[in-house]
Amino acid sequence: MPLHDTKVYEPVFTGTRRERLDEMLSRYPTKRAALLPALWIVQETRGWVSDEAVAEVANELELTAAYVKGVVTFYTMYHQHPVGKYFIQVCTTTPCNICGAEGVVDALLEHTGCGELGATSPDGRFTVIEVECLGACGFATPVLINDEFLETVTPERVPEILERLG
Amino acid sequence: MGYPHAPHPKETVVLSKYFGEPEARTYAGWVARGGYQGLEQVIGMDRGAIIDLVKASGLRGRGGAGFPAGLKWSFMPTEKRKPHYLCCNADESEPGTFKDREIMRWTPHQLIEGCAIAAYAIQADVTYIYIRGEFTDAYAIMERALAEAYEHGVLGPKAKGPLRDMQMYLHRGAGAYICGEETALMNSIEGRRGNPRIKPPFPAAAGVFGMPTTVNNVETLAAVPHIILRGADWYKGLCRSNPRSTGTKLLSVCGHVRRPGNYEVEMGFPLKDLLYDLCGGMRAGHELKAVIPGGSSVPMLSRDEAEACLLDYEGVVEQGSMLGSGGVIVFDDSVDIVYQVMRLARFYAHESCAQCTQCREGTAWTVRILQRILAGEGETRDLDLLLDVADNMTGKTICVLSDSCAAPVVSGIKKFRSEFEAYLHGARRPAVAVG
Amino acid sequence: MSPELVTLTIEGVQVSVPKGTTILEAAKQAGVLIPHYCYHPGLPVAGVCRMCLVEVEGAPKLQIGCSATVVAGQVVHVQSDEARKARQGVLEFLLINHPLDCPICDQAGECELQDYVFQEGRARTRYTPTFAKRFNPVEDFGPDILYVANRCILCTRCVRFMEHVADEPVLNVSERGDRAFIGIHPGRELDHAWAGNVVDLCPVGSLLSKETLHSARAWELDKSAGICTGCSQGCNVHLDTRNNVVVRLRPRVNAAVNRFYMCDHGRHEYRWLNRGDRVEAPLVGGVAPLAATDWDHALARAAELLRGVSGPLVGVASPGASTEALFLLKRLLDAKGGRGVFAVRREAGERSLAGVPNLALREERAPNATAARMLEFEEVESVEAALRGAAAVVVLDDQLHGVEAIGAGAVIYLGTTLPAAAREASIVLPITNVAEEDGTFVNRDGRVQRYQQAKSGPGMARPAWWVLAELLREMGLGEGFAGAAEVFAALADGESSFDGLSYPSLGFVGRAVSGEVEMAR
Repeated sequence: MPLHDTKVYEPVFTGTRRERLDEMLSRYPTKRAALLPALWIVQETRGWVSDEAVAEVANELELTAAYVKGVVTFYTMYHQHPVGKYFIQVCTTTPCNICGAEGVVDALLEHTGCGELGATSPDGRFTVIEVECLGACGFATPVLINDEFLETVTPERVPEILERLG
Repeated sequence: MGYPHAPHPKETVVLSKYFGEPEARTYAGWVARGGYQGLEQVIGMDRGAIIDLVKASGLRGRGGAGFPAGLKWSFMPTEKRKPHYLCCNADESEPGTFKDREIMRWTPHQLIEGCAIAAYAIQADVTYIYIRGEFTDAYAIMERALAEAYEHGVLGPKAKGPLRDMQMYLHRGAGAYICGEETALMNSIEGRRGNPRIKPPFPAAAGVFGMPTTVNNVETLAAVPHIILRGADWYKGLCRSNPRSTGTKLLSVCGHVRRPGNYEVEMGFPLKDLLYDLCGGMRAGHELKAVIPGGSSVPMLSRDEAEACLLDYEGVVEQGSMLGSGGVIVFDDSVDIVYQVMRLARFYAHESCAQCTQCREGTAWTVRILQRILAGEGETRDLDLLLDVADNMTGKTICVLSDSCAAPVVSGIKKFRSEFEAYLHGARRPAVAVG
Repeated sequence: MSPELVTLTIEGVQVSVPKGTTILEAAKQAGVLIPHYCYHPGLPVAGVCRMCLVEVEGAPKLQIGCSATVVAGQVVHVQSDEARKARQGVLEFLLINHPLDCPICDQAGECELQDYVFQEGRARTRYTPTFAKRFNPVEDFGPDILYVANRCILCTRCVRFMEHVADEPVLNVSERGDRAFIGIHPGRELDHAWAGNVVDLCPVGSLLSKETLHSARAWELDKSAGICTGCSQGCNVHLDTRNNVVVRLRPRVNAAVNRFYMCDHGRHEYRWLNRGDRVEAPLVGGVAPLAATDWDHALARAAELLRGVSGPLVGVASPGASTEALFLLKRLLDAKGGRGVFAVRREAGERSLAGVPNLALREERAPNATAARMLEFEEVESVEAALRGAAAVVVLDDQLHGVEAIGAGAVIYLGTTLPAAAREASIVLPITNVAEEDGTFVNRDGRVQRYQQAKSGPGMARPAWWVLAELLREMGLGEGFAGAAEVFAALADGESSFDGLSYPSLGFVGRAVSGEVEMAR
């Protein structure tokens, strides 16, 4: 990340996103309750949740930025920094672990060029992380790539999966 | 996405009857399959009668606690003075469990109908269906189905009668197992960190937004339309063993069986039949070693215990474990028990919310001791240390995540002590200790 | 209507407490302290530290005393084996990541973790040295507060204070599990007017004041009861002194005034109590420059001066002087037909503590203006203007801001230091400051509160009430007083609003005067 970020922050909640936020607000008796939905809109739009976005959300929902940040850091699906174009989550909890999940992780690290977990590949396309149980234990090993939920992934299938992503 | 198997003859398909039929996802398809008749029926019923019916059926919470559903509904104020809420717990994150996702993916309207009936019975104006953030396809399917339900006047502005004022919303989680705990779920809906709350107060008195609330699991709610339509006696009749465990249970079998997947059987069904018959037994060349019958938070069963176990709440307790969520994790002889106990402890350490001292520090400490053992640097007293730490983590915290971490540790050491000792005496080293 | 009482037994002691009382609070009445961290009577219950787990007969699990309410007939055990083992477990869990910082940690000696570990913890660690302890860097929350994250036990008292009492949720718990720490949003500082209280609330040495960092060891400190002089609120404080130097101010509990808190302005206003440029001896001048002398001579000279006054006599009182001194100055002025005035500094913008009723850093930045008003001193905007035309002036500790020179012929200056405008005074009489004497202040709500001597005054300095009493005796207008309590008794005798009050009846929580009080601002 550059030392001096000279880009001006563009608010997220404009246009249709503003409408979506308003709709979300109508579902709950408090503004605070629209926080998780608001953060999802931010992440869908920008790919991650920056401190400026935290401030914008806090402002919209009449919360403090410290409060919003505390929530962001609690939930592991919100990215606190930019990630690769394809964010790859592999379950390695016990039911998948005994069905070869770690081999899937190794294959992914190798074929994406990421090298290690949490790192973004040099071409910026991939980030691979281990996650806890994805709720598809009978279809080991599940892999979540952005919003695409893949099942029964094996090390052998990895190259073809990555190629399909483009 | 496919569904691995057609119903096995020994299954009793009620909830899973239409798994695998894409048509069942649509409103029209669901109605064609008899859907929404249960909801229609309850509109004419007295609310107390609905609750009594569900009580009589013996339906118990399918998320893990097994609390009688009708009884839980009866805790809600009968005289409505404040807004009431229903929360559907679709946060399914218990390792080994993958049934709720299937219910939502294949029969979203079954869940919507169950929620609507429950909401009607407890006078809930708003239902939040809390879906874990990772269930992207289930969320999309539920979103479409809910839009259809509104469009076709099942509930909401286009509905006739009392359901016109009923609202149902999806609320997307963002990666926290602990949000499956009912009070943490409510905090998460409120836009807070998913911290469990101390009880009292209980949800029916002060739940989400401080209002009377009932939280029910997906599978529990999905059973409701069937109970309404076919009666309490029918549901009670689905029982092979203990009359206090009635109905069917979707068992999510995973791990080393030939045919993993969700199997719906009557309460009291023998675990042995489930494993060897329905699931086709172990992989070729392997023997059963252990089974965790109810999601990873329950003690593991030895082979003998597993093969003697009847799958209902009391039956599993009799073997020294719990039915829990019904996530059946099957270990064959290739499994390194010590490594998997470590991996489970790592899961709990990752998911701890950080409130309670025992859980926050104890889960991580447990992982470190196990990693040390796995690396060949453990000492004999480490086993007693693990057990003492587990004891200090049990029965002392706001929620049971702490106890859940202790369960595999205690049962693992108790039933597979020799595997731990093999590491201690240098007889075994893992290839790589990940993490 | 008295509340319904519930009777239960705690550690063998039977107590009856109002229904709804928690076991922890009920235990206090039984004389039993249930060890705890996250609980604080001023904050909403969290129930997270798990230290207060107690055994309740008949209950399947241990209960947290901070949240469980009493039930009639309950039998509670705090020292049972099970409860002790649970506490020992909590302490052990806290210590696995807590650094061995005691030798360099400010909290040592007043640390609740140390205290309970010594009392009930394991003698030896089971967390082998080969395991790393969690590391998070020290954070400067600013302006005055440091967060030593490694020592934090995540009791969340600070977070709850800022959210529920200060009404400014700028602290959070960040991350999850054993990676959790207290966060403040980047770009914000902990600059709320009452934020310093988090340092007091922190049970360990995790939140520290930079102001007092490494300045003294807790066991070296003597503690005295005082009243803050920062404004007219009258927060009760402790003065912590070491070797006759005030090292720290901390809030003292007073349910009727400041509860458990004091503001940062008052908290940091203590260095003036240790000033070195004090007047240490009575000074007499006039024709010759001021020269030191003894009390007898100085008082005799002062009495002589006052006896010989022909013309207006003005008394300028500081609104920071004790009630006793103000009373005696008034007595003197009344006897000589003089005019008593005072000026008080104001700063716009009250800074209230939202979660406590009637508590704020007040605009009026002096502790005793209310007493001055009650004793009929006249409030003036300009001391300089009030002094014009005076033939004789008696100044009681006023700093004489805005005054270049006092034109009067006879000037008697009672003060702790000598401001420039008083260099030409006829007589300078050294007095003690608030830390060096006993006395009372009357706060803006008319509450009379005692403060206690914390250190000895320099040189020959004496309390102002004593100086004035001796002056009155020299002038044949009084018999002198044995102590501040006696002065106050005389005041209570004469002033109807102080009727019935005395040092014993005031104790160290204070009492309100009767009748209406002209509210200070």
